[in-house]
Amino acid sequence: MPIDKDIKKVLIIGSGPIQIGQAAEFDYSGSQACKSLKEEGIETVLINSNPATIQTDMDMADKVYVEPLTPSIVAKIIEKEDIDAILPTMGGQTGLNIVTGLEEIGALEGVKVIGSSVQTIKDVEDRDLFGNFMNRLNEPIPKCKAVESIDEALEAVEKIGYPVIVRPAFTLGGTGGGIAENKEELIEIASHGLDMSFINQVLIDESVLGWKEFEYEVMRDKNDTCIIVCSIENIDPMGIHTGESIVVAPTQNLNDIEAQKLRDASIKIIRALGIEGGCNIQFAVNPETNEYKVIEVNPRVSRSSALASKATGYPIAKISSKIAIGMTLDEIQNDITKETPASFEPTIDYVVSKIPRWPFDKFKGINQKIGVQMKSTGEVMSIGRTIEEALHKAIRSLDIGRDGFEEVDFKTNDLINPTDERLFQIYNALKMGMPVSKLHNLTKIDTFFLNKIKNIVDFEEEIIVGILKENIVDLEEKIDTGSLNDKEQVLNLLKKAKNMGFSNQTIAKLTELTENEIQQIMNENDISPSYKMVDTCAAEFVAKTPYYYSSYDEGDELKVSKNRKIVILGAGPIRIGQGIEFDYCCVHSSLALKDEGIETIVINNNPETVSTDYDISDKLFFEPLTFEDVMGIINREKPEGVVVQFGGQTSINLAVPLANAGVKILGTPYESIDRVEDRKRFTEVLEKLNIPQAPYGLAMSFKDARDAAKKIGFPVLVRPSYVIGGRAMEIVYDDYELKEYMEEAVKVSPEHPILVDKFLEGAIEVDVDILCDGEDVFIGGIMEHIEEAGIHSGDSACVIPPQTISNELLDVIRDYSHKLAIELDVVGLMNIQYAVKSDEGESGKVYIIEANPRASRTIPFVSKAIGVPLAKIASKLIIGKKLKDFGLIEEIKINHVAVKESVFPFLKLPEADAVLGPEMKSTGESMGIDENFGLAFYKSQLSANMDLPKEGTIFISVKESDQSKIQNIAEKADEIGFKLIATPGTAKSIKNLGVRKVSKISQDSPNVSDAILNKEVNMIINTPSGKASAADGYKIRRLAIELGIPYVTTLAGARAALNAIETIKNSELKVKSLNEYIDEINH
Amino acid sequence: MEKKAKLALEDGTILEGEGFGHETTATGEVIFSTGMTGYVEGLTDPSFKGQILMSTYPLQGNYGVDEDWYQSGKIQAEGFIVRELCKKPSMFSPQKTLDNFLKEFKIPGISGIDTRDLTIKIREKGAMKCVIATEEIDDRELIALAKNQLSIVDMDLVPQVSTKEIVTFGEDLELKIAIVDCGVKKNIINSFLKKNVGVVLFPYNSDYKTILDYDVDGMMISSGPGNPTRVTETIETVCKISNKLPIFGICMGQQIIAKSFGAKIYKMKFGHRGSNQPVKDINSGKVFITSQNHGFCIDKKSLNDSQLHLTQINLNDNTPEGFSHEELSVTCVQYHPEAGPGPNDTEFIFDEFKQMMLNY
Repeated sequence: MPIDKDIKKVLIIGSGPIQIGQAAEFDYSGSQACKSLKEEGIETVLINSNPATIQTDMDMADKVYVEPLTPSIVAKIIEKEDIDAILPTMGGQTGLNIVTGLEEIGALEGVKVIGSSVQTIKDVEDRDLFGNFMNRLNEPIPKCKAVESIDEALEAVEKIGYPVIVRPAFTLGGTGGGIAENKEELIEIASHGLDMSFINQVLIDESVLGWKEFEYEVMRDKNDTCIIVCSIENIDPMGIHTGESIVVAPTQNLNDIEAQKLRDASIKIIRALGIEGGCNIQFAVNPETNEYKVIEVNPRVSRSSALASKATGYPIAKISSKIAIGMTLDEIQNDITKETPASFEPTIDYVVSKIPRWPFDKFKGINQKIGVQMKSTGEVMSIGRTIEEALHKAIRSLDIGRDGFEEVDFKTNDLINPTDERLFQIYNALKMGMPVSKLHNLTKIDTFFLNKIKNIVDFEEEIIVGILKENIVDLEEKIDTGSLNDKEQVLNLLKKAKNMGFSNQTIAKLTELTENEIQQIMNENDISPSYKMVDTCAAEFVAKTPYYYSSYDEGDELKVSKNRKIVILGAGPIRIGQGIEFDYCCVHSSLALKDEGIETIVINNNPETVSTDYDISDKLFFEPLTFEDVMGIINREKPEGVVVQFGGQTSINLAVPLANAGVKILGTPYESIDRVEDRKRFTEVLEKLNIPQAPYGLAMSFKDARDAAKKIGFPVLVRPSYVIGGRAMEIVYDDYELKEYMEEAVKVSPEHPILVDKFLEGAIEVDVDILCDGEDVFIGGIMEHIEEAGIHSGDSACVIPPQTISNELLDVIRDYSHKLAIELDVVGLMNIQYAVKSDEGESGKVYIIEANPRASRTIPFVSKAIGVPLAKIASKLIIGKKLKDFGLIEEIKINHVAVKESVFPFLKLPEADAVLGPEMKSTGESMGIDENFGLAFYKSQLSANMDLPKEGTIFISVKESDQSKIQNIAEKADEIGFKLIATPGTAKSIKNLGVRKVSKISQDSPNVSDAILNKEVNMIINTPSGKASAADGYKIRRLAIELGIPYVTTLAGARAALNAIETIKNSELKVKSLNEYIDEINH
Repeated sequence: MEKKAKLALEDGTILEGEGFGHETTATGEVIFSTGMTGYVEGLTDPSFKGQILMSTYPLQGNYGVDEDWYQSGKIQAEGFIVRELCKKPSMFSPQKTLDNFLKEFKIPGISGIDTRDLTIKIREKGAMKCVIATEEIDDRELIALAKNQLSIVDMDLVPQVSTKEIVTFGEDLELKIAIVDCGVKKNIINSFLKKNVGVVLFPYNSDYKTILDYDVDGMMISSGPGNPTRVTETIETVCKISNKLPIFGICMGQQIIAKSFGAKIYKMKFGHRGSNQPVKDINSGKVFITSQNHGFCIDKKSLNDSQLHLTQINLNDNTPEGFSHEELSVTCVQYHPEAGPGPNDTEFIFDEFKQMMLNY
């Protein structure tokens, strides 16, 4: 069917900052939508507040708006751009919320909502409507009832039947629920829950805990043609959020009749909803009776659809976009075969597995249990010929320091209430001899999967017996002398181990051989990986798209060209400290090198991302990013070199082993990485260049650290070398804290010393991103942090251009950056962090904090702010182009202000405290862009879910050391027209403003918490005090988070927020496309 | 310790793997099926007679074996080739394993084969004569067995799978249909019964008068194995009966009907086997995902000279998927609307044919 003629211009809604539950998958879908619609001649407009996305690149959509994702802002864009249709289904929950919001404010008149209608969205999002809808379809869903008393609860259970899940509606930290098996338990749990709930309500759910969970990815076009793109089986049972579950595709344990039953239900549902595009349907299946329930329907693309797309090679978002404008599946070509249409069902001939990546390494002491609440930040996908191989590869891909299954601190309870270490606990239990049946009773995981892990445990024994070092050092000789282990047996075991996905490291550990020895035996006996294609059709048709995975099966489909080619290493799973920014850079690198006629080869394992879209590179290898896995590909492809500077620490960590293996590292010499990461060597560099740094010391023990701290003076900033995202970084104020830290930190990185830096109190931190071609240096952007030094640069808000730093000091920064880049032979990108003490000496002083000769997380932000694709240029410098070739000499002066704000996962991590520090905690970022700082900052906050109030009451409670500095902030708030309330200590230090005093939370009611709960507070300024008396502050911050009240935890943040509020009170928010901003620079 | 097994092809290829199922040597044409579920339904489908089945999905046997899934009384395929055999199915599955299932019907299986690699070979060279041996056998002898077997084109397979007697299913239902059994699947019979249509199953070589004697409302020619042009008795029956009853055909049934109206049949390179074949209804433009299992095909051009007109086509390769007759009540599909294995999307075909019988 032809494209709807009324649709000429489509607005695509992005998903905003990366948060738990909404990650890179929507950059992938939105980018595909832009490309897909453009292919059909549709004009595209995109809005997203997240700069670290490919979709906000100006060559993706025709117009890009980096603006807050609120209905009123989107309405302004619709009006300004004269939009014909709006595509909400590419932007996750945000996209759906925006269109329902647009409808509420009456902004959809004359605009078509394509993909899923507003009614469809309501039918699945609203609990009651969803229930009614499914009842009409005669599709079963778990029963649920909201009750407000014990009597009502008992009445509800009569219909629902035990066991039930009792969940208090709206509690602090989602606490207070439980499973009730009988009346007594129900009364106990429900009464507790009613107490805990702020609105005195509990939800009684029919329990499907322990049932199996399946997902179907369905597509439908307007001709009513429906297909299932992929079926997914969760290894984890119901009770674990599907985003938290380890899953495999396709389904393994559904016989054809059951599989068709779920398929039929899926098609019935998507037809009834009238969705034109992709849809995700989740089912719970009782494995004993095969009874099923529909758990959830997502009328949009999702993280699962990204996984399904990568798992099958069928690009759901791309095809959904074309369907949304009226095309039908049979008119769309299957990209991979180029001959057959998209109206078929992919069939796969391998096993895909997904394991989530959790952020618990960043939040010490919080509950690591996984359950109905999503806590993971990202995920990895792996492809293998068997379950065992896929699981092994997925574990390696996680980049958590595990080469395979490893023993952990075993706890039986962790089998019942799983944590992020679930797989390893199961492995442990099996290794200890726990029978599979017992393990099933504890974990509710299908014995099918438990037996696969048992196969691994059992085979490890075979490896130990069969390939033990002492038996095979002289493999050839022993055979001659007729020794115990015959060669064939050893080789067969080794082959089988590789077939099961064992890494060389794991085999080495088991056999006491070294990795090298194992590799050598394999080399001598032609045991090497083969590469197979992901082709949507199980080899029925010839695949044209070079998308590969490795196996140790015989058949190999890799076609190695004689072209000039370069390998780009990806960044693996999204995690705190290594987010989507690095994927963004990898994508740019691949596109830039392709543009130069070079064949690009991307290796990565993150299914959410754009870099693992087979469109982005000439060849895509979906593989773990370990030395062994990467070398397998390099040995075959023999590229001219490898680019490691874009994939974050994951790829940087491979630089040295790859270089040692004779692989050429392109761009900045890897030697330079060591010169900055080894503090002694870095000091030599700085001394040579005469660049000051804060006094520091190195410590291998507490004693060393104490001596260093004594010499430098507290407070000191302590951190281990060679870690990502500032893990285990802390500011310590005394010996006691230092001791505590040292005991914890040494585990992080035993072979590298702990750095003890003087903490520069009150300094302003500055980030600089530069490009260097070895001769010239281009300053991409100088970013002034809003929060003072001491807060991780990844968590701090920052602004381009700097707002408070003098020109003299900026020149010093430029000078240092220039010198350092040349000294370090940087070819490509480098990020440098400085601390500026404006009050030191006559005109202030600049200290260097650290330098990283690679892409930083601010690259996308700076690129968008100045309109120069830094990562693309860097990639071209790497292959010998010069900055001059791009006319990049002078720093670019912008006429606007761009603010980057960080977005935090506190809402999803119930015990986490919203306090910022040197340890990075943010998951994503937003960008606010406007003509002045106030407006830009306001927008950045709005995009980060901080809807700053224009009026009302501000509650202030600051730590003692801040009380002397609070006066002018309070005055400002008062001047703008806010009422103030404060805790007694803070109130005392604010003079002449009529502050209302309110008791602390720890004191009797009425106190702060009542004021907040009674909605008397519109904004909270709370700076955290030391660890000891944190409890009060913690509760205030948690309340703010859960109630969605804007809060700031630093004085600098408070000043910026008030500045923004003042500006916004005097002007209306306007929208302007990135294209317009950049045009203004260029003119 | 696993027992070794071998697979040989007519082109001289020998692959080694592990044996399962019955210890024997079996010959047949090796073909691949891309369905990810349905190994029991597949193995028991009489259309696989004379063939060695290979699943492209690497893990087989995951959910055990249940007699309810059988499409006929036994395993019909000559052998089964898999990448990995599941030895411990899920505890929730029936506890008969794939291994025991093959043993029960004395069929050999081979696992540990790079099935993707072999599939590519078949895609490139076409379906091949094959032998699998789960017993000790010399390589040369093995290749000779692969080469010297009769081609499936020249085999008479339908007589081996067709019923010997006339059997009735469902008494006193709304309608009654004659199914000429060329290798019928249980699901075809059940699909009619579900629509309140009784079934009388006839041997493939039943004379048209015998069928008419049963006072049926329509006749269908079932799916079945091998070369449809060799089933001359059935072709004959169709010729004689086509102006007397509404006629319906599935898979080989469609080809036999086409042949009886003068169309030509050819052998495909490797056929269509799987649960994901897109079929477009020419009239409505709707696309259905269908279950398929055929190695022979109707020559589309040859339909031009007949009174048959195309109603459905395969979107992958534009081969005919369905036709009807300009005047007579004849309708056929190449795919399996009865599913088992595969999607139920085209179940309505049975309703349509029932309606045709009612209208006749």
